Amino acid sequence: MLEIKDLRASIGEKPILKGIDLTVPSGEVHAIMGPNGSGKSTLGYVLSGREDYTVTAGTVTFNGADVLAMTPEARAAAGVFLAFQAPVELPGVNNANFLRTALNAIRRAHGESELDAIQFLKLARAETKRLSMPDDMLKRNVNVGFSGGEKKRNEVLQMAILRPKLAILDETDSGLDIDALRIVADGVNALRGPDFSALVITHHQRLLDHLVPNRVHVLAGGRIIRSGGPELALELERRGYTDIMAEAA
Amino acid sequence: MNAPVTLGAPAFLARYEALKGGLPGDSALRASAAAAFRAAGLPGATRDRRIEAWKYTSLRPLAEISFAGPAIEHRDVPLDIGIPSLVFVDGVFDAALSASVPGFACFADQPDFGTLTWPDREPLVALNTMLAEDGASLQIPDNVDAGVIRLVSIASDGGSSHPRHLIRLGAGARLTLLEVFGGNGTYLHNPVTEVHVAAGAALTHVRLQNESTDAFHLATLYAEIADGGEYDGFTLSLGGRTTRFEIHALLSGPGATAHLNGAQLLSGTQHGDFTSVVRHAAPGCASRQTVKNVLAGHSRGVFQGRIEVARGAQKTDGYQMNQALLLSPDAEIDSKPELEIFADDVKCSHGATVGELDAEQLFYLRSRGIPDAEARAILVRAFLAEALDVVKDDTVRGLLERSVESWWGRQAA
Repeated sequence: MLEIKDLRASIGEKPILKGIDLTVPSGEVHAIMGPNGSGKSTLGYVLSGREDYTVTAGTVTFNGADVLAMTPEARAAAGVFLAFQAPVELPGVNNANFLRTALNAIRRAHGESELDAIQFLKLARAETKRLSMPDDMLKRNVNVGFSGGEKKRNEVLQMAILRPKLAILDETDSGLDIDALRIVADGVNALRGPDFSALVITHHQRLLDHLVPNRVHVLAGGRIIRSGGPELALELERRGYTDIMAEAA
Repeated sequence: MNAPVTLGAPAFLARYEALKGGLPGDSALRASAAAAFRAAGLPGATRDRRIEAWKYTSLRPLAEISFAGPAIEHRDVPLDIGIPSLVFVDGVFDAALSASVPGFACFADQPDFGTLTWPDREPLVALNTMLAEDGASLQIPDNVDAGVIRLVSIASDGGSSHPRHLIRLGAGARLTLLEVFGGNGTYLHNPVTEVHVAAGAALTHVRLQNESTDAFHLATLYAEIADGGEYDGFTLSLGGRTTRFEIHALLSGPGATAHLNGAQLLSGTQHGDFTSVVRHAAPGCASRQTVKNVLAGHSRGVFQGRIEVARGAQKTDGYQMNQALLLSPDAEIDSKPELEIFADDVKCSHGATVGELDAEQLFYLRSRGIPDAEARAILVRAFLAEALDVVKDDTVRGLLERSVESWWGRQAA
């Protein structure tokens, strides 16, 4: 279970998150929607440990552990995974080596044996096949020369291989066609289970057709201003943010 | 009790006086080189004589060490990687360690100082010309593909050696030359190499400088590339206390190409200098240069690159890039690119980048569970992998990659 209490964070002197309270029970998928600049991506970054942000107040626990006290790599080992809105290119780093290094680092942290190159490739090929991705994605440098859609799919592939307990998807559906959207949804749905939860940051109801959330939260001005069931996403789609923000004000 | 020990330039000159009767080749040339060296001294060792080309690299530490003449010791045969090798130990050819290579002769047997070098302008070339005892003379006949040949120079503690190499490729000939430098202890390696690439010939010249951490490596290379010829050079510098690789490439015929790429990995208090002068003397020639530096600890990297375009060398295409990755706040890079253009229809560009590891890339790796130190190592390797990618021969590139890995292993230890 993810428990966020009165989380406040700034970049430089500028406050972005102004007191977030959010609980995601294990086994649930929650959607976060909200206008641009409301702090959605900041929330994802703060949960995964990016150092550009300063947490000024509040607590975050995941399955009882103090997330804010952990390094990014320790959070990943604890099961936190952020699918980046703008996945980073790593020239000179082979995708398969990158994924294997990451998986083995997490396995090591859990006291599990590392996978050799052959064991890993077998696993990775099975995942690329399941997600209808070309095998050559593994041979290329991480995200270098990938189209926008390929970068997003590569995030889903990483998620499938690392099998997180908490997946945070930061607009992973943006700019994707219907087929790619389905791949993203399938990637999350495949991990769904009693020990898995997800925070899905999105602008579009469309993703939520394939990935039905337990709860929907509206984030505006650094606070969650409204929460509801899946029907809230439909209402947002119909009415836009302005009305709902006016109601909450 | 102790006899006064002569150091620096006077010691090298004393050695020349002692040996000069027995040294091979043109004695008048050696005498004039000795006069030039006496006048110039070791760059940086004497306060009142400053040389602009040595602005960032001082050889004062070299002047404070007493070097013996070549003292050949038994040493390990370098790793056999299935490439025919010519091995020089302390500057002298070792037939027992070497393969039989067609077109090879020893400088000691067939002394030839070549035609491109400037002992009067380059003090280290003067020093080599004065004291060279041996070297490799390699002649590849017209239209012959000589495959891959390895040229190994190994040095012993306390010695100074001055190998003199001459490589000539006939028209349409091809050769991949892998040059490897190494040794034990404190020594000076001062090789001078002259290369002639005739019309339509192609030389791939890969240099692996893996000297001991106390060594001085001061190498100078002159290359002339004729019509449509190609010189494809790559230097990987890992070792040494004070090192400099200075290359003078002359594109003398239309359509000639020179690639002067390299990578330097420096740590501790290492000083590494990569200096090049490319002269476009004919129209339609291309030169390409990317030099990458990884600087840790208190190390200092120097890059001096000059592109000269002569009058009439129209349609010149010159490109030069120097990139440095600083892994420590105490590391330093001095970068001095220069363009000198006397033609009006040319395309020349140069640039330099200096930076630390990219914070966003580092966070991306760590967010996937990769520990900070391992993530940093991945990014440094990636930076270098891009540099090594230009080395086409798989065996040679594999050797360079292994050398980088073992360098990395030494840093981690």
